[in-house]
Amino acid sequence: MEQKRVEKVLELKHITKKFGNFVANDDVSLTVRRGEIHALLGENGAGKSTLMNVVFGMYQPEEGSISVYENETKIENPNHAIHLGIGMVHQHFKLIENFTVTENIIIGMEPKDGIRLNMKAAVKEVQNISEKYGLKVDPNSKIEDLPVGMQQKVEILKCLYRGANLLIFDEPTAVLTPDEIGELLQVMQKLVAEGKSIILITHKLNEIMKVADKCTIIRKGKYIATVDIKDSNKEELAEMMIGKNISREIDKEAYNPKQNVLEIKNLTMLSSSKKKVLNNINLTVAAGEIVGIAGVDGNGQMELAEAIIKMRDFEEGDILINGVSQKDKSTREIYESGVSYVPADRHKHGLVLENDIAENLILIEYYKEKYNQGIKLNKALMYEEARAAMKNYDVRAENEYTIVRGMSGGNQQKVILSREISRDPELLIIVQPTRGLDIGAIDFIHRQVVRLRDKGVAVLLISFELEEILTLSDRIDIIFDGQIVGQTKPTETNDRELGLMMAGKGSGDE
Amino acid sequence: MTANIISGSLIFAAALLFGGLGGMLSERAGVINLGIEGFMISGAFFSAVGAYYAESAGLGGLSPFIGLLTAFICTAIFSGMHALATLKYKADHVISGVVINLLAANVTFFLVKLLFDGAAETPRLTNMFSKISIPFLSDVPIIGKALFRSYPTTYIAFAAVLLIGFVFFKTSLGLRLRGVGENPGSIDTAGINVMKIKFWAVMMSGSIASLGGATIVLTTNGNFSFNTIAGQGYIAIAAVILGRWNPYGVLSGALLFGFAQAIKDQIQILDFASSIPTEVFYMLPYLVTLLALIFTGRKTRAPKALGIHYDASVR
Repeated sequence: MEQKRVEKVLELKHITKKFGNFVANDDVSLTVRRGEIHALLGENGAGKSTLMNVVFGMYQPEEGSISVYENETKIENPNHAIHLGIGMVHQHFKLIENFTVTENIIIGMEPKDGIRLNMKAAVKEVQNISEKYGLKVDPNSKIEDLPVGMQQKVEILKCLYRGANLLIFDEPTAVLTPDEIGELLQVMQKLVAEGKSIILITHKLNEIMKVADKCTIIRKGKYIATVDIKDSNKEELAEMMIGKNISREIDKEAYNPKQNVLEIKNLTMLSSSKKKVLNNINLTVAAGEIVGIAGVDGNGQMELAEAIIKMRDFEEGDILINGVSQKDKSTREIYESGVSYVPADRHKHGLVLENDIAENLILIEYYKEKYNQGIKLNKALMYEEARAAMKNYDVRAENEYTIVRGMSGGNQQKVILSREISRDPELLIIVQPTRGLDIGAIDFIHRQVVRLRDKGVAVLLISFELEEILTLSDRIDIIFDGQIVGQTKPTETNDRELGLMMAGKGSGDE
Repeated sequence: MTANIISGSLIFAAALLFGGLGGMLSERAGVINLGIEGFMISGAFFSAVGAYYAESAGLGGLSPFIGLLTAFICTAIFSGMHALATLKYKADHVISGVVINLLAANVTFFLVKLLFDGAAETPRLTNMFSKISIPFLSDVPIIGKALFRSYPTTYIAFAAVLLIGFVFFKTSLGLRLRGVGENPGSIDTAGINVMKIKFWAVMMSGSIASLGGATIVLTTNGNFSFNTIAGQGYIAIAAVILGRWNPYGVLSGALLFGFAQAIKDQIQILDFASSIPTEVFYMLPYLVTLLALIFTGRKTRAPKALGIHYDASVR
């Protein structure tokens, strides 16, 4: 029996996974034992998902080995992983909405009675498993009628029905309500008590402290450490997750905020499933300051940005620009009142990829008189302006007729930035401005943002990169679960404190 | 006259039923099939040709069955084109379907000319399906004749509803097929070959629809010409939508539209109808279709992944 308890369910040794020149996982090792909840902690883009995709057979590592039950194995594909007893509870559920719970669980491994599907046996089996692990669901309900927490239970049951011994939970609490989170953590404890093992991918420290036995931390693809939770604390974990040495050097003029340009009052927004994605947000941004919104992806940042420019409606509260309510304004009216917006997803919301640079530069103001001659576009002016913009913003492309799709991310972002800055905004909303860019482009964009602030523009910076927030911001608001959970200044805080607040310490503590 | 209308409804409904069941099969697997018209044209053509050559070979009463089989097999190959275009080469489902229709209309017209010395239509068949009475049941007054004295194809069509209903809702194959049209990603992660299911569904879709075309040739028309099908494939698709992609729903849709066609023929005989141009009556089935769709449109819910190309790497 003693032997059983130390059984290694999964052992990753020195895994390295590269995509071209980018090293997503750099020499990462991890061992999961029977009956253990092993947390995998890291920031966005730290390489957690890549590592788990390696385990689930979706990627093949360049170096290193994987052992399942102490046998070295090459995991070919997800089916092979399932066969080896590895189950993945995906963040975005893979369920068929108008099928019943039972149908979703058994599909692909249906119990049969001659040529007929044996639904009775299926329901019974589902009931057995759900009772054994305390996953109460009605096997005959349709998925579309179930709340998200229940749907997640179905995903877990699906893995168990297929005989999974190791369950990988990918950010499982991101979509859940606090009550559902509590219930899920209990289920996880029950699962390991029954001899299953769990890998919990997360960046929420509270959850790790509550249920995990061990925690492996990775940062920028690199293995940092594996710690015993009982010998550790949140502060230590946060420090390891974020790293100590964050440089924040950029020349800025003295902080001298003027009148408030943006005022958000008691803003509340509900998702389609009636969950509060924004919960009573109060926020101001003054002329001449950069306010950074720090937080982990999916805590309401996108909704906040889209509420300001009216791409989404909100339920309660108000948004004022220069003291004027924007409630009944259209997106164009808001833009015309001096708002510029650099969206997080440049491909989806920032550019028309099949159009050329000049066409993308007039995407917002194409209707204005100066770009039109009768019913024709003023092409001469368009392309002349584009040439100037490319020069001023260091956009590197063959010429102004270059199609945007083929350009590098940094140059695409510069096109967007030049368009938004040239509109001479009073308020700039800039979301994830440097995602996926190289150091040179990041530096250029940071300098442009600071230049605007020095000129007296109000800047709202939303970013998941702590370093970026600390480098640029004059003030920082921390968002967690749709709420502003703290306010601070870069000069008054440190990475550790910020990391803790971003992970919900303070609001998540019961 | 009531008996005539009921009996006529069933006969017209049979052709629409085959078309509708075929369309439903493909669409439940996530592939839009506007090519039903083309597959019905193909079925009509191949059944006429198959039955004609069987007749010439002296097979007599067996020849309509040969026609049916010819239609089924040849159209499977034809609908394989739609499957290849939409599944392997990721063509737009709607465009592929429309091309199937245009291709079917023109190629069959050309083949008729080629095979029958430049004739515009195939030779008239002497051996067609004849009505058979079901013993005892057909002796019931009024409804007996109306319901239980019909062509073999009518019975086959109704049996097909039950068979497909069974496969759909009572077997694991049906569960997987319905799953593929809703969320192929979920089926894929359960270790089932999504493309294989889709491919077979589209092949069978064409074959089953072809029986609708064959029914028209082998029961009422007696030969094939360019306007044998005349839009019935589109009405069959309307029956799929009206029937909410459910085999029993498709049955009621087909019966409604079959009824509209039968009544068109019967009304014309009445006195008051003589003052109304016959074209108005010919519009009737299409008007009924349009009205039915308007009144049920809001409640319909198509398979969720209908018309979306499945790419396993985009999870």
